[in-house]
Amino acid sequence: MTEADMEKIRAEYARARRRTAVSNKLFNIINFIILTMLVVVTLYPFWNTIALSFNDGLDSLRGGIKFLPRVFTWQNYKAVFATGTIFNAFSISVTRTIVQTVLNVFLTCMLAYALSRKEYALRKPLTVILVVSMYVSAGLIPCYFLVKNLGLLNRYAVYIVPNLIDVFNFILVRTYIQSLPDSFVESARIDGAGEFRIFMQIIMPLIVPTIAMVALFVAVGAWNSWFDTYLYASGKVNLHSLQYVLMEFLQSSQNQSHSAADAGALALAGSGAAGSMVTPVSIRAAITIVATVPILIVYPFMQKYFIVGIAVGGVKE
Amino acid sequence: MQNTVLTKYSRKTGEPFPNTRPGTASVRGSTMKEKIHTEKKLKTADITVNSGGNLLQKIIKQRQLVWMSLPLVIYVFIFKFVPLWGWTMAFQDYKPAKHILQQHWVGFKWFAFLLKDKEFILSLRNTVCMSVISTVLGYITAILIALLLNEVKHVGVKRIVQTVSYLPHFLSWVIVTGLVSAVFSVEDGTVNNILTSLGFIKSPVLWLSEPKYFWWIIGWTYVWKEVGWNTIVYLGAITAIDPSLYEAAEIDGAGRLQKMAHITLPGIRSTVVIMMIMSAGHILDANFEMPFFLQNGMVQDVAQTVDLYVLRYGFSSFNYALATAAGIFKNLVNISLLLLANWIAKKSGEERLI
Repeated sequence: MTEADMEKIRAEYARARRRTAVSNKLFNIINFIILTMLVVVTLYPFWNTIALSFNDGLDSLRGGIKFLPRVFTWQNYKAVFATGTIFNAFSISVTRTIVQTVLNVFLTCMLAYALSRKEYALRKPLTVILVVSMYVSAGLIPCYFLVKNLGLLNRYAVYIVPNLIDVFNFILVRTYIQSLPDSFVESARIDGAGEFRIFMQIIMPLIVPTIAMVALFVAVGAWNSWFDTYLYASGKVNLHSLQYVLMEFLQSSQNQSHSAADAGALALAGSGAAGSMVTPVSIRAAITIVATVPILIVYPFMQKYFIVGIAVGGVKE
Repeated sequence: MQNTVLTKYSRKTGEPFPNTRPGTASVRGSTMKEKIHTEKKLKTADITVNSGGNLLQKIIKQRQLVWMSLPLVIYVFIFKFVPLWGWTMAFQDYKPAKHILQQHWVGFKWFAFLLKDKEFILSLRNTVCMSVISTVLGYITAILIALLLNEVKHVGVKRIVQTVSYLPHFLSWVIVTGLVSAVFSVEDGTVNNILTSLGFIKSPVLWLSEPKYFWWIIGWTYVWKEVGWNTIVYLGAITAIDPSLYEAAEIDGAGRLQKMAHITLPGIRSTVVIMMIMSAGHILDANFEMPFFLQNGMVQDVAQTVDLYVLRYGFSSFNYALATAAGIFKNLVNISLLLLANWIAKKSGEERLI
């Protein structure tokens, strides 16, 4: 190979490298733009709702509220909490979420521990029943009749009793417990500990990350549920959950004539401390934020747990 | 296969093993081996003893475990399998006041009625169309975003994008549809504002009352809520791809797009197939809440779904038999589609669910 040939190859190589460097940079820029758009599109509706919820109701009607409130006020939140309905619904949602999460997570973990023991004689048949139950669904009407026959209609218990075990979470937790060395359990047995005690004192502390993730799923599900209120407890106003009340408010301000929604908002305002400065738009924004904030507060702390959990769970499906 | 690697990794990081020091690893390994050995011996001994005794004795011995599990499984059985008894309603002229033996049995009357009912056929079509649009859009966007996120080298930027994009997953459909109807509103809605100021439209459009936009609004709302969450699975699958493949491709002069197309995409194919099989079983029950909240008189013909049909006949007209029949129909279709997708995947040599 002559010197000239080498020179040519070198030049070619340099040009190729420059080309990849340029296309690399271009790719990074386009990628950054797309992902930034994703973030903006995801966040803007909330940001806008927050701004609206802090803006004076009548002023919002003029339009043009985007990122910041124009006429700042607490009035919308005062009006929302001044009515007993929403305060009551808020407390129903909070207590229901806590009770359901604690019971569901505890019982699901206990079941998972018992069925993770390989020497347990009933392990196979019970596990099969649980797994099959994931794919079976009797449908809306038969389930409604079951709840009715159990005497749960329009009772607080209807939020708790049908939600004691989550089979998908059961599989997650069982998989995790099975990955722990058996020697933990064996040595505790040799020391004379009973099964329940082993579960409480040995296993529970070891599966804290999984518990955190499962608890997050259950809690979010409980907080967000409105359909069980709609189906089983809509007859009793003081059992209405926050999501259900928000749903009713949204439906009324969307489907009925505007005067009806306005009347609703005025009723809210009238029972509030002062003034009729709230409108359906601003009330809706305030309720939406009230229903969202608890999740926004909790979820960033749980992020590291649920990513691991999804990865494990997705595999074992 | 790649998935097992992932499991091990996450287990390792997630597990707080006490007394684990790197230096003792080999010692632990050997003792573990011995242990397994003795365990095996013990187990065979166990079996020989037990073959003399019966199952009942074993259960009595394990009664603590029975107490911890059996009542809960019975509970699941009551709430999941006992309602199946209600399927008998679909074959009767069901009257709530009557006892089961007094009901008038009508065979497949209600099923025949369903298949002739124009409204049911319409809701079937709507459900399938909405499901397919949402699912396909959901897959494409989730895979695309996962690929793009994977190319972000800056950890902080990646973190922020992920955190933000997971957020809507945790919100209820009540809130999400509320935001959607605000964004598409005629009065100061964001979409109308942007399009007017850019000059694409002259006056605000009633987006949610146009039948031709309805399914697409449903589909993109689904994408907005779930795209971030759906990327988690694919990002997990991408991290399991062997890095040496990328290095080899780089030496061969492959650019980033080529690496994406020829390494990353084939690398996550089995995960995509599994996710597709899983969603095949949900074609008829996706999208219950969105149409329920977003429907209005103007889009009735495209918004009615099978679930809404059940709800309407069950709880507004109190025709429990018809509503149950529609529910059974839906379940049977779902299960057959799941099995069909599974079978196709098996035939074509892909990984499968069952």
